[in-house]
Amino acid sequence: MAKTQRIRVTLNGAKHELDVEPRLLLVHMIREMPGMTGTHVGCDTTSCGACTVLLDGRPIKSCTLFAVQADGSEILTVEGLIRDGKLHPLQQAFHEEHGLQCGFCTPGMLMSTCALLQKNPNPTEEEIRWGISGNLCRCTGYQNIVKAVQNAAGKMQKEVAA
Amino acid sequence: MMHQTSPEIGGMGHSIKRKEDARLIQGKGHYVDDVHLPRMVHGHMIRSPYAHARLKSINIEAAMKLPGVLAVITGADLAKANLAWMPTLFHDKQMVLATDKVLFQAQEVAFVVAEDRYTAADAAELVAVEYEELPVLVDPHKALDPGAPILREDRGEKTNHIFHWEVGDEQATQKTLQDAPVRAKVDAVFQRCHPAPLETCGCVADYDPIMKHLTVWLTSQAPHAHRTLFAIVGGIPEQNIRVISPDIGGGFGNKVPIYPGYVCAVVASLTLGRPVKWIETRSENLQSTGFARDYHMTAEIAADKDGTVKALSVKTLADHGAFNAAAQPSKFPAGLFSICTGSYDFANSFCEVDGVYTNKAPGGIAYRCSFRVTEAAYLIERAMDVLAMELKTDPAELRLKNFIPPDKFPYKSPLGWSYDSGDYPAAMNKALEMVGYRELRKEQEEKRKKGELMGVGISSFTEIVGAGPGHTFDIVGIKMFDSCEIRIHPTGKAIARLGTKSQGQGHETTFPQIIAQELGIPASDITLEEGDTDTAPYGLGTYASRSTPVAGGATAIAARKIRDKAKKIAAHLLEVSEADLEWEPGKFYVKGAPSKAKTIQEIAFAAYTNLPPGMEAGLEAVDYYDPPNLTFPFGTYICVVDIDKGTGEIRVRRFVAVDDCGNIINPMIVEGQIHGGLTEGLGIAFMQLISYDENGNVQGGNFMDYLVPTAVETPHWETGKTCTPSPHHPIGAKGVGESPNVGSPAAFVNAVVDALSHLGVRHIDMPVTPWKVWQILKEKGITS
Repeated sequence: MAKTQRIRVTLNGAKHELDVEPRLLLVHMIREMPGMTGTHVGCDTTSCGACTVLLDGRPIKSCTLFAVQADGSEILTVEGLIRDGKLHPLQQAFHEEHGLQCGFCTPGMLMSTCALLQKNPNPTEEEIRWGISGNLCRCTGYQNIVKAVQNAAGKMQKEVAA
Repeated sequence: MMHQTSPEIGGMGHSIKRKEDARLIQGKGHYVDDVHLPRMVHGHMIRSPYAHARLKSINIEAAMKLPGVLAVITGADLAKANLAWMPTLFHDKQMVLATDKVLFQAQEVAFVVAEDRYTAADAAELVAVEYEELPVLVDPHKALDPGAPILREDRGEKTNHIFHWEVGDEQATQKTLQDAPVRAKVDAVFQRCHPAPLETCGCVADYDPIMKHLTVWLTSQAPHAHRTLFAIVGGIPEQNIRVISPDIGGGFGNKVPIYPGYVCAVVASLTLGRPVKWIETRSENLQSTGFARDYHMTAEIAADKDGTVKALSVKTLADHGAFNAAAQPSKFPAGLFSICTGSYDFANSFCEVDGVYTNKAPGGIAYRCSFRVTEAAYLIERAMDVLAMELKTDPAELRLKNFIPPDKFPYKSPLGWSYDSGDYPAAMNKALEMVGYRELRKEQEEKRKKGELMGVGISSFTEIVGAGPGHTFDIVGIKMFDSCEIRIHPTGKAIARLGTKSQGQGHETTFPQIIAQELGIPASDITLEEGDTDTAPYGLGTYASRSTPVAGGATAIAARKIRDKAKKIAAHLLEVSEADLEWEPGKFYVKGAPSKAKTIQEIAFAAYTNLPPGMEAGLEAVDYYDPPNLTFPFGTYICVVDIDKGTGEIRVRRFVAVDDCGNIINPMIVEGQIHGGLTEGLGIAFMQLISYDENGNVQGGNFMDYLVPTAVETPHWETGKTCTPSPHHPIGAKGVGESPNVGSPAAFVNAVVDALSHLGVRHIDMPVTPWKVWQILKEKGITS
């Protein structure tokens, strides 16, 4: 066992102190936490985006970041999207618009689009397509993902107005 | 005539939202890499850096000294258990771990097992493998040259030739070609590409030494077949093997074969008595697992001056790589490639294929394709366009003139297939109308005058899916039936289990719809399970668009068996004879007295509580369905491209897809399948290529070099449909998952070639990149 380093992270609102090897990838750290296998690994080259999580609100690909680099940060994964037992509007919209098939890219897509809508609550189709251009999907052809993001944007604007 | 069910019942034709979504959108899917068992250890594969080399020595000493390392398994170790080689799915064998030499870059050489994945990777670095390089054979066209290195010394044959296969009437085809007033010829390479599902392949093998029982969580499209192969090859009694295929992150044919990593994980678990996880990296997936295509094809059409096609000749060289690991029915060395006469009424045809070995990864698998149908559809649709250019006629008109007429179905093709049903002009006319074909041609004419480049490409494909009838179709001897078992619970709810395995197609949603259609039990009241060989009935799995054509048939028939028994119970409850009963989805009622009725739920309860005298309790059925024929989905796709004449950049402006897959179970899911298949077709036409340099180094071995479409390159798809049910299928369905991938590559390429046809361009090999187009534009003096 190589030397470890103590880090402090907040994962989906829960505080953790962990002793990790400096070379441990963030995605492996997350996936080895109990019940946290929603963040997937699809490549090893920051190309596919299946491992996307929010680090202090910004989408990052957790397969290319060391856990120690997340020291002191707040991490949000797909498991943290649900609030008070209620699905995030994006989760609802992906279901309603058939925005997923095999589901392997879905957690990363949800996190990327979650960040996109925070920054740009009413994106155009082109902005959505560029917004998910770091996330590969091999099943859906993206069209229904775009529709899902538009649907969620509508839902979230209604929530804000309400 | 099929009953229309209410939305509450949700039978066929309803766009029901998917059940499986609930877990997948919350990160609660359960994929193989999510399996975590107590005492689980991790495997790491050591692979050859060379494409062809003698294996001189393997030194594992340093690796074994590393704390946390449990084992390093080599080919020599496996040879002792007679496991160094394993059978492929197609009359060949493949090295699990190399013993004397390696035959492709990234071939499996040794398997390290350690307490965690990082230690396993560290240990792999410490294993010293000595190689002696051998001459490399990359070009399949040189495989049969007199001086070519012989790759498979193990076969004892001094040739790299694997097989010759032919079908059709050679003499008549050649004679027609010789006498034909018009001939059109195209040489087309369908490049080597890879399905690249987003989840790579992997497994967790868990051998219990006390109970002598093996459980394998496997990324498997065919769990039952894999269990049988583990039993036969590994010598473990089949009742002691349980294969579980959990959520699968896309398959597209990639997860049909058995890979060396699975075997090594099983051996390691048997040796260590601990669960062993092995998950591929993306590079391993792209470099070593089932590639697709690599068909080097020549087609020639004989036609009359008026454009009537007469004969088709097809000659193909197939590059199978180092081992013939084609995943296809055992009597079909070139799969169903002989569907190459496509949608057209040829009087004569002859098709021949020669397979050769090269120093490349083994395959080829059917990538979102019913066994070489994509290659066939691409070739004929390309050749028809070349003929149209030869005749200076419109490619849509040429197709309409030569379609197999609707009244000629069932149609016997010159290469031996019996097409079940089709109305090709209907799909074509709908697509032409949707896209506004005439206006586009006018626009193109005007643009050409201004020197702008725009093209319209058509593909009117015919698929052949649903393998298949057991008398012809088997995989390693197992007939290609499929199965469904349905159990109705006393409260009228149900569970169904199938021999297929969804990899994203939405089976948990669609198969209950078939049962809902047949029994009137709401689809939402039916649980569907697949992928566990201990519980599901035996089946051959999901690939080649066979789930709906084969397991869908089994589902409908199993439900009908239940309905037959339900009718007897209803007659007993209503105190009438069976002949007096009428059915509507969800209930039997007495003819002429519709208020005297028993619902399926009441009948289900009675099946456990109040049976007719002498009747066996329970309400369940199983069906193993052997289809009488294949199904033949079809459609017309039209693509419009604009090309930047300065850079060669291609923009897909529009793409209209009209599909006919017979009766539809869930329109939302069918449309989703079409979007996905078209996007993979786009990738194949423009981006996806696994190439090799002259030393056999893989050039497309990761997602930075092997390009797949992102949302930005992908256009907005426009879909339409016609409906020509399959006459022989229990619910008239045909299957759809692969049609868009089979039919679309030709539409994309035809559109680009069409844009450049006035410059004399007749063909461009895929992937059609801006670089290739720019070179043509430069050569033609369009750009500098």
